Amino acid sequence: MNKLIVFVKKLTGTRLFLPLFCLVLVLLSNLIKTPTFFQVTIKNGVLYGYIIDVINRASDLVILSVGMTMVVAASGGTDISVGAVMSVAGAVCCYILAGGLQTVNEFQNPYILGVLAAVFAGMLCGCFNGFLVAKMKIQPMVATLILFTAGRGMAQLITRGQITYIRVESYKMLGASIPGIPVPTPVFVALLVVILTYVLLKKTTLGLYIQTVGINSRASRLMGIKSSRIIFLSYVFCGLCAGVSGLVASSRIYSADANNIGLNLELDAILAVALGGNSLGGGKFSLLGSVIGAYTIQALSTTLYAMGVSPDQIPVYKAIVVVIIVALQSTELKKMAKRYQTGREVGKKVA
Amino acid sequence: MPNEIVLAMRSISKTFPGVQALDHVDFTLRRGEIHALMGENGAGKSTLIKVLTGVEEFESGEITIDGFKGNMINHSPQEAQAHGISTVYQEVNLCPNLSVAENLFIGREPKRAGIIEWKTMNKKAKDLMESLDIHIDVTRALENYSIALQQMFAIARAVDMSAKVLILDEPTSSLDDNEVEKLFRLMNRLKSEGVGIIFVTHFLEQVYEVCDKITVLRNGALVGEYETEKLPRVQLVAKMMGKDFDDLAAIKKSGEAKERSGELVIDAQGIGKQGTIKPYDLKVRKGEVIGLTGLLGSGRSELARSLYGADKPDSGALKVNGRPVSVAAPLDAMMAGMAYLPENRKEEGIVADLSVRDNLILALQAKKGMFRPFGRKEQEELADKYIELLQIKTANRETPVKSLSGGNQQKVILGRWLLTDPDFLILDEPTRGIDVGTKTEIQKLVVKLSEEGKAVMFISSEVEEMLRTCSRMAVLRDGQKVGELKEGELDQNNIMKAIAGGAGDE
Repeated sequence: MNKLIVFVKKLTGTRLFLPLFCLVLVLLSNLIKTPTFFQVTIKNGVLYGYIIDVINRASDLVILSVGMTMVVAASGGTDISVGAVMSVAGAVCCYILAGGLQTVNEFQNPYILGVLAAVFAGMLCGCFNGFLVAKMKIQPMVATLILFTAGRGMAQLITRGQITYIRVESYKMLGASIPGIPVPTPVFVALLVVILTYVLLKKTTLGLYIQTVGINSRASRLMGIKSSRIIFLSYVFCGLCAGVSGLVASSRIYSADANNIGLNLELDAILAVALGGNSLGGGKFSLLGSVIGAYTIQALSTTLYAMGVSPDQIPVYKAIVVVIIVALQSTELKKMAKRYQTGREVGKKVA
Repeated sequence: MPNEIVLAMRSISKTFPGVQALDHVDFTLRRGEIHALMGENGAGKSTLIKVLTGVEEFESGEITIDGFKGNMINHSPQEAQAHGISTVYQEVNLCPNLSVAENLFIGREPKRAGIIEWKTMNKKAKDLMESLDIHIDVTRALENYSIALQQMFAIARAVDMSAKVLILDEPTSSLDDNEVEKLFRLMNRLKSEGVGIIFVTHFLEQVYEVCDKITVLRNGALVGEYETEKLPRVQLVAKMMGKDFDDLAAIKKSGEAKERSGELVIDAQGIGKQGTIKPYDLKVRKGEVIGLTGLLGSGRSELARSLYGADKPDSGALKVNGRPVSVAAPLDAMMAGMAYLPENRKEEGIVADLSVRDNLILALQAKKGMFRPFGRKEQEELADKYIELLQIKTANRETPVKSLSGGNQQKVILGRWLLTDPDFLILDEPTRGIDVGTKTEIQKLVVKLSEEGKAVMFISSEVEEMLRTCSRMAVLRDGQKVGELKEGELDQNNIMKAIAGGAGDE
């Protein structure tokens, strides 16, 4: 019994417990209203079901939130341009693959060229943001506001104001599934990005440096860590993630819809970082926390859909749940609860 | 009236993970009394203050204050203030971008119909500062004034809130003698007005100058309460350290008579930076401890920073170990074999949220390069070695460095630099805000390092400390290096004379 208590205490004491707890809570709430939520069926050799939908649809956000985590940790600011950068990446890819035409039924250029160009475009946007924040010392929100507003316009310029369609089966695979593999492809892409990032952080000192710079950039400079370079890198990395995410999103609709790809996703990405228990003030971070946060957001959306809430009203319910989740993780609330508890105990003793 | 108890803390206990921070501690403060709270690092002084002011909760015990019936539990510093307890902390806790007046009246601005009356506020602020003999423009932003002045503002603010109990937590560590004098005058005035003052400091001289009573803590437990007049200094130090008096002056400089003619480690020619430090020449040899002395703001830190590249110098040439080095950023200096312990521990030293282990290995890691990280095991071995070597008091190596006491944090930073095995170590105020025991340890370490052949630059506001450790001194005045004192010339009078400009005490 005692062991159990110790185990529970240890479990609840870990940093990721609360984010994970919230995710599980959101998922389990479906048992009441939508018992079929966890049912998984196979249609045309692909897995189907609400839970698969959560994992699949969250992928774009997971990839974004990985990049966002780096930016938040290193600079204590957020990159609000990621959604727009996604649309730029999608537009670049489609433009190259369509060879400038509006609708094509086969690739005009090699697929890999389009992918590389899209990722490169994402990184270029990241460089621009990074330059403004790290070198010009502009506040992150203001610096990234430039691409936030200009990004979609640039994407429109590239696609000449029209939606470019790539009606090629192999182009759809990235956003849907590869024949013979039952799990949707975006899941693998997200997994790959998370694993590669994790390895990058562990195999180089980037993770340690990002935290050091985020906590105390003056001290890090005196220790020979070039903080502006680290912050710059974090933005480039975030741009890269946005590029990859944009590719997936564009493949889902096999087109470059500059107005809708990644719309409002930057806010969800920031929220994912916060839900993961990371401080938006920078410093210590947990990559896994952000990933869990991203899945929680998608789980919430899908849950609400499953309950039959109309799409127009979903933001309201989402907001309510987010407030509860954030409150659950707040240390102030824990303090208040503790004080209330001790207050009651004292009261008992007196009585 | 003078014997009236204004504050009584009885049997206070508090534990932190793995440490008993306070163990049934009693503390009594009377009206119109200046009461020193003394103890080494981690003795529990700061914790006792924090418990009293509501920053930390305590587990058992009782606090009673005059004018408040029963057990008083403060949940926040604001609550403590409402009960008449004001605090001035070691590090200035004011808003640098607000004006002095705003800082003085923040949270209690004079208002009419909810609108701040700026004129009244500025006038009141001006009057308050003038009553303390500080003549400044109160409408300018706080950051325009030196740390010493900022500290005075913090005290003025606390005083103005008509406290029954005023807590001064190391207020003098960034003040020079003149300012300390002013502070003491102020303390004595408050004392005569009946305010009880708790004075936390590491400067023994100051304790004997102003305090009526001394309470000594050690390892979270009460050692005793004494009347200052009846407790000789030697006894006080012995009580704080919990051992027989180890004469602080007895650190041997075995190399005393040794001819200092080792190889040149540092050879600076005309290095300077416009507006902070005028061009200077400086030679430092192996095995030497060179002290930088001068008044607050004379350019001691600025000289060190220009040498290390913390502030990029705009003129001059530097040779390290005979090789010309161009220092544009700290990393260049590190690569050349330099290390720099900055004056401001909290803002430029520690990486608060990271573990002791991370903090220790960071500099060496930066030197080694980004793509060659240390393995976990290697890190742990290095960290353990230096925790042991410097006797850093920490629950374990994974504890966040911010939960260590100030002295132990300083040891972590020292360890960080020793790990890089530097040829030239710059220590800027390494013992500020640190207890006597650790101070002595650091001084001994400096002497030992020099015996091992390292060159050390030592900056301190305490002349005695400099005399004990340094083999040579450079004197600074008004942002300029004005001279050097050789080994034979080192004594208090000579230093005073040099600082004052020769015409000092004739």
